[in-house]
Amino acid sequence: MMKEELETTNRPDNTAFTQQRLPAWQPMLSAGIVIPGFVLIGLAFIGIGVGLFITSQNITVLEKDYTGVETTSDCYKCSNPSDKNCTCKLEFSLSNLFEGPVFFYYGLSNYFQSQRSYGASKDEYQLSGDLDYFKTPVSACSPYQYDANQKPIVPCGSLANSMFNDTFKLYQIVNGTKKLVPFDGKGIAWWTDYNIKYRNPSVTPLKNAFNGTVKPSFWSKPAYELDTSDPSNNGFVNQDFLVWMRRAALPDFRKLYRRITEGDYASGLPAGNYSLEIAYNYPVLSFGGRKKVVFSNVSWMGGKNQFLGIAYLVVGSLCVVMSMVMLIVYAKFKFPEDD
Amino acid sequence: MLRRRLNRLFGRDERKVDSRTIYVGHRPCPATEALIPPKFCDNRIVSSKYTVWNFLPKNLFEQFRRIANFYFLIIFLVQVIVDTPTSPVTSGLPLFFVITVTAIKQGYEDWLRHKADNEVNKYLVTVLEDGRRACKESEKIKVGDVVEVVEDETFPCDLILLQSSREDETCFVTTASLDGESNHKTHYTVPDTERNLESLSATIECEQPQPDLYKFVGRMHIYRNNQEPAVRSLGPENLLLKGATLKNTQKIYGVAVYSGMETKMALNYQGKSQKRSAVEKSINAFLLVYLCILVSKALVCTTLKYVWQNRPGQDEPWYNQKTQKEKDANLYLKMFTDFLSFMVLFNFIIPVSMYVTVEMQKFLGSFFISWDKDFFDPEIQEGALVNTSDLNEELGQVEYVFTDKTGTLTQNNMEFIECCIDGFQYKYADSGTELDGFCVTDGPVNILQQKAGREKEELFLRALCLCHTVQVKEATGQGDGVADGVEDQVDGVMGLDGETVGPADLGGFIASSPDEVALVKGAMKYGFKFLGMESKNMRVMNRNNDVETYELLHVLNFDPVRRRMSVIVRTKSGDTMLFCKGADSSIFPRVRQEEVDRIRMHVERNATEGYRTLCVAYKLLSREEYDQADTGLREAKLALQDREEKLMAVYNQVETGMSLIGATAVEDRLQEEAAETMEALQGAGMKVWVLTGDKMETAKSTCYACRLFQRSTELLELTVRTLVDLGRKREERLHELLLDYHKRAVQDAPPIKAGVTRSWSSANQDYGFIIDGATLSLVLNSSPESNSSCYKSLFLQICQNCTTVLCCRMAPLQKAQIVKMVKNCKGSPITLSIGDGANDVSMILEAHVGIGIKGREGRQAVRNSDYAIPKLKHLKKLLLGHGHLYYVRIAHLVQYFFYKNLCFILPQFLYQFFCGYSQQPLYDAAYLTMYNICFTSMPILANSLLEQHICMEVLMDNAALYRDVAKNAMLGWGPFLYWTLLGVYQGLLFFFGVRFLFSNPALQDNGQVFGNWSYGTIVFTVLVFTVTLKLAMDTRHWTWINHFVIWGSLAFYMFFSFFWGGIIWPFLRQQRLYFVFANMLSSVSAWLIIILLILLSLLPEILLLVLRKPRGPHSRQKKPVVQSGVGETQSPRSSARPLLMKTFSDESNTIL
Repeated sequence: MMKEELETTNRPDNTAFTQQRLPAWQPMLSAGIVIPGFVLIGLAFIGIGVGLFITSQNITVLEKDYTGVETTSDCYKCSNPSDKNCTCKLEFSLSNLFEGPVFFYYGLSNYFQSQRSYGASKDEYQLSGDLDYFKTPVSACSPYQYDANQKPIVPCGSLANSMFNDTFKLYQIVNGTKKLVPFDGKGIAWWTDYNIKYRNPSVTPLKNAFNGTVKPSFWSKPAYELDTSDPSNNGFVNQDFLVWMRRAALPDFRKLYRRITEGDYASGLPAGNYSLEIAYNYPVLSFGGRKKVVFSNVSWMGGKNQFLGIAYLVVGSLCVVMSMVMLIVYAKFKFPEDD
Repeated sequence: MLRRRLNRLFGRDERKVDSRTIYVGHRPCPATEALIPPKFCDNRIVSSKYTVWNFLPKNLFEQFRRIANFYFLIIFLVQVIVDTPTSPVTSGLPLFFVITVTAIKQGYEDWLRHKADNEVNKYLVTVLEDGRRACKESEKIKVGDVVEVVEDETFPCDLILLQSSREDETCFVTTASLDGESNHKTHYTVPDTERNLESLSATIECEQPQPDLYKFVGRMHIYRNNQEPAVRSLGPENLLLKGATLKNTQKIYGVAVYSGMETKMALNYQGKSQKRSAVEKSINAFLLVYLCILVSKALVCTTLKYVWQNRPGQDEPWYNQKTQKEKDANLYLKMFTDFLSFMVLFNFIIPVSMYVTVEMQKFLGSFFISWDKDFFDPEIQEGALVNTSDLNEELGQVEYVFTDKTGTLTQNNMEFIECCIDGFQYKYADSGTELDGFCVTDGPVNILQQKAGREKEELFLRALCLCHTVQVKEATGQGDGVADGVEDQVDGVMGLDGETVGPADLGGFIASSPDEVALVKGAMKYGFKFLGMESKNMRVMNRNNDVETYELLHVLNFDPVRRRMSVIVRTKSGDTMLFCKGADSSIFPRVRQEEVDRIRMHVERNATEGYRTLCVAYKLLSREEYDQADTGLREAKLALQDREEKLMAVYNQVETGMSLIGATAVEDRLQEEAAETMEALQGAGMKVWVLTGDKMETAKSTCYACRLFQRSTELLELTVRTLVDLGRKREERLHELLLDYHKRAVQDAPPIKAGVTRSWSSANQDYGFIIDGATLSLVLNSSPESNSSCYKSLFLQICQNCTTVLCCRMAPLQKAQIVKMVKNCKGSPITLSIGDGANDVSMILEAHVGIGIKGREGRQAVRNSDYAIPKLKHLKKLLLGHGHLYYVRIAHLVQYFFYKNLCFILPQFLYQFFCGYSQQPLYDAAYLTMYNICFTSMPILANSLLEQHICMEVLMDNAALYRDVAKNAMLGWGPFLYWTLLGVYQGLLFFFGVRFLFSNPALQDNGQVFGNWSYGTIVFTVLVFTVTLKLAMDTRHWTWINHFVIWGSLAFYMFFSFFWGGIIWPFLRQQRLYFVFANMLSSVSAWLIIILLILLSLLPEILLLVLRKPRGPHSRQKKPVVQSGVGETQSPRSSARPLLMKTFSDESNTIL
């Protein structure tokens, strides 16, 4: 582009480019444009902000900590890590209809899924179903590469090993009897993760692919038994597994566990008393972590987030205020000049 | 006695001696006991740096010697060795790219040099060997070989001319390719060498090679059968330099004395030291700051990491256990590796690409200077020349302009105006074409309508015709193929008797100085024509059309120290006469006082009118006097050591007791638009110093003519004249004057510090300072007891407070001395030297920026300059237009680069607080690598090439705008801090904006959550858009290229992100960005936060941009039409409101 022949004759080329005279647009941000522009942007932002804020306000969230730190909590009994197969209950009541579809999240705090070595400790070839890597997992998986008998761990690595394994059952107490609220475990992971990125080895039955490998030490059952009822939700494409494998950005995070979209509860959780039965397996107290469950419905903007609406309102009003200030400045300095 | 000295010389070790001995034709000489062939280097010219074998190691070594490249290499090695968060590719790839491109460029340049070398080295030349003519490759010539060169060939090495095909034992050469002087120079054979070169037995003793083209000292011993050797002196007139071309001479024979890399040409091509611009120093300072930021970031992270890990449960939570190796590692080693890892993670803050972009900007940008058609001069058919692209921006920073007078301020196109003979003034009128063709005007003097005696007139005119070194240009119209044209032409000249049009008609003269031509032409107007030289005879046609011949005995050459030249001639009648012409100051003390009194008035009046005056004197030499002078000169010429001094002594001795005949006045017209240019430079806040070898009066009048001195300017004079005080020592007087001037110019002046408001201060007295060479050396080198440093600082302070300083009677070295002094004074101002002649080379090389004018005095100035322009008037556009723009462009480029990398890396740093200080990168590796290379590099490059924040015409019309950027204003710590704060603000905003959004990571309407890569991608998207839009806001001049690259970059980013996340990449283990970008775009919240953050981070910028708008934008953007102010209701605010202007310009520094 720049390389033109310098001198065919001695006289420089008389083109607009060489003479730096390319036609140019010289925008001038004059007050006449900027002040109305700011007002418009400000108003638009305030509008969006109001919309966001109201939307966010309308989202219902129910958040319950079930770590069991407080002695009053039912889960206190399970907080001892040596206690296996402990279940506890979390009871709550809704005074109004919890509008559906309701999304059921679990949350962990002070849990650093974002650590580099932790995040790197997986074998993506293995997880895409490449059987070669079932025998020799990548060294990044260490110390969860091989078990004590030098058998390869599949899926290898800390990330997979530490998969969240508390399970929940939600009952509505109707007239003293527990009515199970059906959970939908589909559609909780990214579509591309489920359909493309993670693949089971094309071996049937799936179990055979795992011959000669061992399950991660923390897991209670091997990968091919994650969901025995549904082959399309088993192995590496188990959606709980996929959700876990998508690392959270921050140490306090929540992950989608189930959706409540079926049966009587498709339109939401009716008012009433509920009991959440928790199979308490996942230890977090050793590193000062917390566990919680979150019921929430979502809107077009996702989950409840006051920040966005407030930020839009603030910036919008800032723009309007600034346009006022500018108008004053403009009036003060501009008009005398016209005299 | 001579013999004894010779033997002593021979006895010494060759290497320790400062002379070398050459055996002509390698023949042993009777005088030497045994021929020990001395070792000299061969005639290979090696200008290339590399060979095929050493290219790779040597080039790599050279490249990694650059501190920046070395730094990147270290980072790369750390990445390879230590387990680091980013792969070595991220920094290795850009580094590899840079190194390869540079290596290819340098390799190509070296290949060209090899080719050129080969062309020279393999050139076939004819060498006389044992009586036979043999063809040899040029590189095989050895010192002592006798070489034959034919017409229009260049000399293959430095030769002593032994024999010429011309009758008069001379040859003509042109040194156009050496110093650019295209006139034919006469060189002489060594007298008395035999015609038969095969039997010539001689040795040449000459000094060791030295680069001065015009100096050569040697002597030749010629041995004839058993006779005492004859000794002949050798001077530069006998030496034919490699690179010069033989002209008008069929062929010559010469003996090689210096060969290969020892030739004067080769010695001259070495060591033009590289100049570095102030911007580069600023970049280095900023780099240091960023390096500190980088190290402290890494330190903070490392420290916090270990503090944090000390808390219970954080070091090794059960879900992220360490490997055995990690557990075993030494704690301090781990800390150190962690530190290095953080360094690597944050190293993008100092990007490789900045160096590439800066280099590209400079290289490509410099084309605009050579492309500029305004610099094209139809007269010489050339435009501007850029010898270095490193200093483009320095053109916008000049504070001191040192200009030569002759040929720079003036045209160096001399015209004979008038003369004064014996106190009577003669002014030539064009109408007078009679033989007696000069009418006498009066002069303000009391002598009216009188003439000097006829003899005096004729003597004076003869003196003008004889006392010079002018050659008559040989006619060219006779057809090209005339082989023996020289003789023909000489004959032709002879046959010209009685013709009305002489060969020396208009423009037919060649001389090293145009003054001489003017004088010869002046004499012609009055009826005396110089017809040329014939062997040793000068031929002059007098008024009666008779040809007079004079034998030229000696030329006492002109030199700037003596400031005069003389010739000794013998008339037909046998009288020996000396004619001398020179500056009045050097002639007056050597003639009788009463003669001086008659002429001085004229000389001074002419000088004040701006003419160059020369005085002409003569002396009749008696036989004894001549013999004495003759032997003195010959002896001095033979001397090997201190030849100059000895010659000088003889000259001074001969040139005494002369009688003054008259004086001449030659006008040197001002260059076109010299005054306008100077006014513009001063308006732009530059201080103009005129450094000239000319005399004070002439220089002063030139300064007035150029409006450097105004009528109101108070002149402070510090010259020899003012120092003369009755019975007082010069130094005392000097001290007194300096103190006085200092008081007037510095202490009493209102305390305006140089720079900002000078030209508004019309109320203040302008001072002009005049100093001459003699006084200057007194100031600079005064005796130790009289505190010389005190003088110097006084002098400098005075000069700094004067608008114009005139230094006259300067020797070339003094010019450089002054430049150096100013350059090194407090605040180290940027200096610019402009000149056209060889005498300006030293100051051109010394100044920060050297400008050569493609003038008449040869090409040496152009060759040594950084930029060359055809005319002085082009300086205005070069500085005020190009310089200003270049500075603004590169300053913006540098600031922008640092800024964009700061806000790039800051979120990554902040993210460490949220990932347990584990060096987790926030952005994907592809983004880390591509950010500087692809996403944000082109817009800034285009901007820094095309931006015209103010258009060129306005910049040139308002010289004061140049002050806005003076003193490196846009790269000071203030603007740097502003940009840094902007970067920090935006970096914080990017990170925490997304951080608060992610307090609930369920950002999609299907309730799914986003992970860490989505986080990074959102931040990165905001980042790319913000820095690009920030640039868009800074762009004042949107050409289609700007549009293309700015919007193109953003589009490319989008496209790339889709593409990068769109497919499962084979050969890559990590597919971490798979569909992250597309998923991000499917989330309304992500869109909203991106828009919000972009707007919010640009808000302060917009605000500043708008808030300063109401205050006088018109003075910036006004079109030339507006400038005229006709019919404009809204008249531009210009200097009428300096205060507003000032506040405005102060702000603009930070914005742009």
